[in-house]
Amino acid sequence: MSPSDEQLFPGETALITARGLKKAYGRTDALRGASLDLHAGEILAVTGTSGSGKSTLLHCLAGIVRPDDGSVTYGGERIDRASEERLGELRRTDFGVVFQFGQLIPELTALDNVALPLLLAGVRRGPAQQRAGEWLERFGVRGQADLRPGEMSGGQSQRVALARALVTGPKAVFADEPTGALDTLAGEQVMTALVHTAREAGTAVLLITHDARTAAYADREVWLRDGVVDPGADAVTVQEAARHEG
Amino acid sequence: MSTRHVLLGLLAAGPCHGYDLKRQYDARFPQARPLAYGQVYTTLQRLVRDGLAAVEGTDSDGGPERTLYGSTDEGARELARWAGEITAPAPFVTNEIFAKVVVSILVAAAAARTGQGGPDAAAHLRAQRAAHMERMRELTALKAAPGADLSTVLSADYALVHLDADVRWMTTTTARIDTLTAEVHAA
Ligand SMILES: Nc1ncnc2c1ncn2[C@@H]1O[C@H](COP(=O)(O)OP(=O)(O)OP(=O)(O)O)[C@@H](O)[C@H]1O
Ligand SMILES: [Mg+2]
Repeated sequence: MSPSDEQLFPGETALITARGLKKAYGRTDALRGASLDLHAGEILAVTGTSGSGKSTLLHCLAGIVRPDDGSVTYGGERIDRASEERLGELRRTDFGVVFQFGQLIPELTALDNVALPLLLAGVRRGPAQQRAGEWLERFGVRGQADLRPGEMSGGQSQRVALARALVTGPKAVFADEPTGALDTLAGEQVMTALVHTAREAGTAVLLITHDARTAAYADREVWLRDGVVDPGADAVTVQEAARHEG
Repeated sequence: MSTRHVLLGLLAAGPCHGYDLKRQYDARFPQARPLAYGQVYTTLQRLVRDGLAAVEGTDSDGGPERTLYGSTDEGARELARWAGEITAPAPFVTNEIFAKVVVSILVAAAAARTGQGGPDAAAHLRAQRAAHMERMRELTALKAAPGADLSTVLSADYALVHLDADVRWMTTTTARIDTLTAEVHAA
């Protein structure tokens, strides 16, 4: 644990711990030693300029991309070394992911896209669809239940993707710019629904956003700069600011 | 924006007379209203009265005699205090933050000439962002609380969009701090 995290979360243990993550694509260093803790039930915003490695970091944490170096630990288990089979299982049961550029299945309706993770987890079709419908409702897209991704707006697809990520009641949700295609009011409704759901269920959320108003829904924020996590001016300087105000 | 501190910041580069201070101020802060001469002189007199600046002599340059003012050690300390202080995250404080960034760059340049450490404008912007984000989280919690009435939501929104504008400005300024530093040094 870095000193700043100890200050922020005394006595808490992290749900997911990343240490010294490195990832290169050809000659591009997307991550150059990124470290981060995601605590159980916390909502953490990750910000940083375009190309700073945010999506790559999310993919490493969620076990979608293997880092070249460093470790990712989830509940004591090394994700970066887990078998493909185990990673698949984790993604079905413990993690929910919302990709930056959507990943809904084009042939399925919104309702079936959301019901799919439940079917894969062994829930029967009827109850799965029932629950999927409730989740579409939460995110304000029940009316689009029978549409396929190609027939929905970008914002509607993002909301369906969020519903799909949350439907199985995961321990951690990784959301990459989930409000990127939404107007302000729709973005706020989605964030409110996401935050309420996460708080209720104790779900940890890693939220990538470049929008300060979206980041303000999180408990804290960290900055990615050239593939390294800046522990956030937050840890130290907010206390400084408080002193100055006093 | 604190004219008193900005003038003190301009004096960090070396002694100067009132007319020159006004010119520098107007050039460095083009978005602010031009300073009136009267305000420059009353501000300088108050700085001298408070021991933050001192008369360093006169300079005639062929024309009428003009008084040269310089910063005192106490002035430098007061300037460092002000420039390092986080601005309370309220809407419309960008001018104040901009003044602190420019003054930090000026003071850092003066300190570097004497081989001393100076303020770090980029670190200041990061700390200011953290203070803004903390306030934005409070406002967001207020409006997202179950049962918040629309008046609360709308007034929190008003503050949030303005704080967001400040944060955006800080983000682009942070990304361009090297260019700004070069420009301030060249002027
Ligand atoms: N699959 C890939 N193949 C090649 N290069 C990649 C790949 N994924 C990412 N990169 C490169 O790695 C760097 C980091 O990319 P990443 O997508 O993580 O950034 P980001 O912070 O999410 O950016 P944005 O805000 O634009 O989404 C970029 O320079 C990008 O070009
Ligand atoms: Mg990305």
